[in-house]
Amino acid sequence: MSAPLIELETVEKDYGEVLALAGVSAEIAAGEFFSLLGPSGCGKTTLLRTIAGFEDPTGGRVRIDGRDMEGVPANSRPTNMVFQSYAIFPHLSVGQNVGFGLRRKGLTKTEMARQVGEALEMVGLGGYEARASHALSGGQRQRVALARALIMKPKVLLLDEPLSALDKKLREQMQVELRKLQRQVGITFILVTHDQEEALIMSDRIAVMFDGQIAQLDSPQALYRRPVSRRVAEFIGVMNFIEAEVTAETGDRLTVDVAGLGAVDLSAEQCPGGGGGRGAAVGIRPETMTLLIDGETRSGRITEGSVEEVVYYGDMTYYDIRLDGVPAPVTISMRNLPGRAVLERGARARVAWDASAMVLFR
Amino acid sequence: MKRSGWLGIYAVAYLVFLYAPVVLLPLFAFNDATIIAFPLSGFTTEWFAQLATIEALHDSVINSLYIAVSTAILATCFGVFAARASSRYDFPAKRGIMGFIMIPLVLPEIIIAVALLVVLLQLGIALSAWTVILGHVLLCTPFSIAILNSAFLAMDRSLEEAAYDLGETRWSAFRLITLPLVMPGIVSSLLISFTISLDEFIIAFFLTGNEPTLPVYLWSQLRFPQKIPVVMALGTILLAASLILLTTAEYFRRRGVARTGAKDTGGFL
Amino acid sequence: MATLAARLRRWRRSEGAQGLLLVSPTLLYALLLLAAPLATIVAFSFWSQDYLTIDRSFTLENYREAWTEPLFRELMLRSLAISGAVTMVTVILAFPIAYFVSFHVAPERKALWIFLITIPFWTSYLIRVFLWKVILGYNGVLNSGLLGLGIIDEPLTFILYNANAVVITLAHAWAPFAILPIFVALEKIDRSLLEASRDLGETTVTTFLRVTLPLAMPGVVAAVLIVFIPTIGDYVTPRLVGGPNGLMIANMIQVQFMKLNNAPLGATLALSAMLIVGAISILFLWLNRRFLKVRQ
Repeated sequence: MSAPLIELETVEKDYGEVLALAGVSAEIAAGEFFSLLGPSGCGKTTLLRTIAGFEDPTGGRVRIDGRDMEGVPANSRPTNMVFQSYAIFPHLSVGQNVGFGLRRKGLTKTEMARQVGEALEMVGLGGYEARASHALSGGQRQRVALARALIMKPKVLLLDEPLSALDKKLREQMQVELRKLQRQVGITFILVTHDQEEALIMSDRIAVMFDGQIAQLDSPQALYRRPVSRRVAEFIGVMNFIEAEVTAETGDRLTVDVAGLGAVDLSAEQCPGGGGGRGAAVGIRPETMTLLIDGETRSGRITEGSVEEVVYYGDMTYYDIRLDGVPAPVTISMRNLPGRAVLERGARARVAWDASAMVLFR
Repeated sequence: MKRSGWLGIYAVAYLVFLYAPVVLLPLFAFNDATIIAFPLSGFTTEWFAQLATIEALHDSVINSLYIAVSTAILATCFGVFAARASSRYDFPAKRGIMGFIMIPLVLPEIIIAVALLVVLLQLGIALSAWTVILGHVLLCTPFSIAILNSAFLAMDRSLEEAAYDLGETRWSAFRLITLPLVMPGIVSSLLISFTISLDEFIIAFFLTGNEPTLPVYLWSQLRFPQKIPVVMALGTILLAASLILLTTAEYFRRRGVARTGAKDTGGFL
Repeated sequence: MATLAARLRRWRRSEGAQGLLLVSPTLLYALLLLAAPLATIVAFSFWSQDYLTIDRSFTLENYREAWTEPLFRELMLRSLAISGAVTMVTVILAFPIAYFVSFHVAPERKALWIFLITIPFWTSYLIRVFLWKVILGYNGVLNSGLLGLGIIDEPLTFILYNANAVVITLAHAWAPFAILPIFVALEKIDRSLLEASRDLGETTVTTFLRVTLPLAMPGVVAAVLIVFIPTIGDYVTPRLVGGPNGLMIANMIQVQFMKLNNAPLGATLALSAMLIVGAISILFLWLNRRFLKVRQ
């Protein structure tokens, strides 16, 4: 990685009664698609607004392109923002909205019109210049907001939950489009979202935030496979937790006694959160376990149990299965392949699982 | 419109009650008799013609217009400051301060009038159009704040931030974005303040010097029965004028609504 | 010192400081032209005046006179009675119309109705009051109309130059100020609440009593206060249509200030009226909160 474009150094924001940011440190590279993911109130929007210059941090440092941003107001930072509400100026046309920031750049009228046209073309709204902005649909408003920010050629584009106002279909389409657009323009994007799926789909790296702090900063895959804490694991996707106890520790191998499943052998990598306690829990994702139907066989370990609940999703079926000896039911997801039966509630089931898919939290 | 039978009849009766005095105004203004009573005797425009010849009336109209325009501008300026502060910022003792500024909304006008009168006399300030303006601004500012507050609150706060983010200064963001968007509110505030000031009697009655305002002049005329038809003619003109003003205000409000693309929730004020 | 200066700088940039700075012109104006004058009449009420000279020695004589003199007492009680009656009549008449517009008028025509209701109030207040004199008078519109229809044999006399006339005229003058707050409160009621109530077995009438009315109460309370408080200080209506037995406290305040040159007594009467009205309003709010659990 080259020199980071954005450096956050123990950034703090104290609102008096609440500590919105409790010392956030991170480095974001040029050209990266970076997401701030967390539940509402975790400080992700405050962090974004601090980078934009709308909030003054009460401690720490924000550097963009090597330059300390202390005292630099939002209007002179090399950042631009796409607001959650899009903030499309209702009294201006689409073209005037997109060209708004060019006013102070001393461009000729024709040059301005050319840039506005280009920017609109880029977001798929070519020829929309004269449209009244309040007549736009949600998706179109979002594109105008994007074009308006990108025309400024910022070093960093900040996006505050830009897709949350769109319906599901449109949101999924925009996720892919936004990602493509980012690759095309090569600008660093920082996205704030509370939607873990959205963050996984779009980002190069994700910072998961809780209570004003970054709980984990990793690539989507690492985040999903090796969450450092139960809280992160629960926030991203579904994970089953089973009580366990660390019985032996030699080098980078651990022997763990998992309730109902018996002793398993894990590598130190499977314990990304570290820690040294004996009392622990292992986590295992629903899709890493397999329900064996009609005497199917599978290498690895097999445990029996009974089906407690069946939820049919069309492409997938989710089962809650009470494994013999395991205190709480575990959730298992199965793809509904042709010819594969869906089990009924109360049926006996055999479940194949593999210790390599487990994560240890101690 | 289900089950609105009785209520509908009541509503119509209520409108008759509301409009009863207003409807009489043009009737007597064009009635060819000096006594204000039925039956009507004939049509005349005599009373309107007389209006043109009364110099004291003209002076009072000019005086009132001067006061109303000054009041509208000053009250709206004070209103913009206070409404912007209360809609956008959180500051110490906000509730107390705003509550205090809004007091004239519920205070009987005679209290404002006598309190100001006493102070002005104590300070040895001669009563004039400006002393009336002082009182009227105090009275109109809360109305202006109420109108502008909703105008400012209706505006998405991130619009201004977006302009700032795109390189504008705080002031130019306010000028380019906020001001055009709250302009319908400012126009309504000007019109409402103007109308209130033009019609206000008590404060003007106490604080006016040798130059009466229109209502104070009218008050002096109501004592003379033979002057009443002329007063009716004047009232008719005033009614027509305020109808035009109100329609204009409503037009601006609707245009403001249309411009921001918001849904028209209706309701004047 | 450096930290203090830095802190001061930070505070000046803070939201609180910017807000205060912004509100300060308006606040300053209100302090100078409202707080200071009010404080002055409070001071005046403890002074005395002999023709044009003010005696600044402290005295409670004005209050003794204002509260014990039979004439003042009668005026004060009558003012309160008239204001109370006006408030009741206005609010009771206003509620059905607000309800009608909110619940029975099509949404796109509500603005028009509100417009219709407010229009008559943009004519000169003086002329409107005077026209009531024309309507209610001995040879007035009402009497000649009723005589013409043969409903009465001789003109009604109890409707002009007395307290009744004052109540009718003021109830008319304050109508929109009662209708608008009630209308706003009714508009805020989520219509599905009414359906829920019907769904749970209430009738139209009990739904109104158990759901609509309690939810509209904040508007009714606002209407009551908006009408009651300023009405006590009305000067024009009692002078024009009240006759000698319909005069109110404001007329006496004006006489004290402008005719008798007794500003201290005028100030005392004005303050006394405000105190009483204030006390009644607070009592009213308290009773409401206590018994109706009105959420403000």
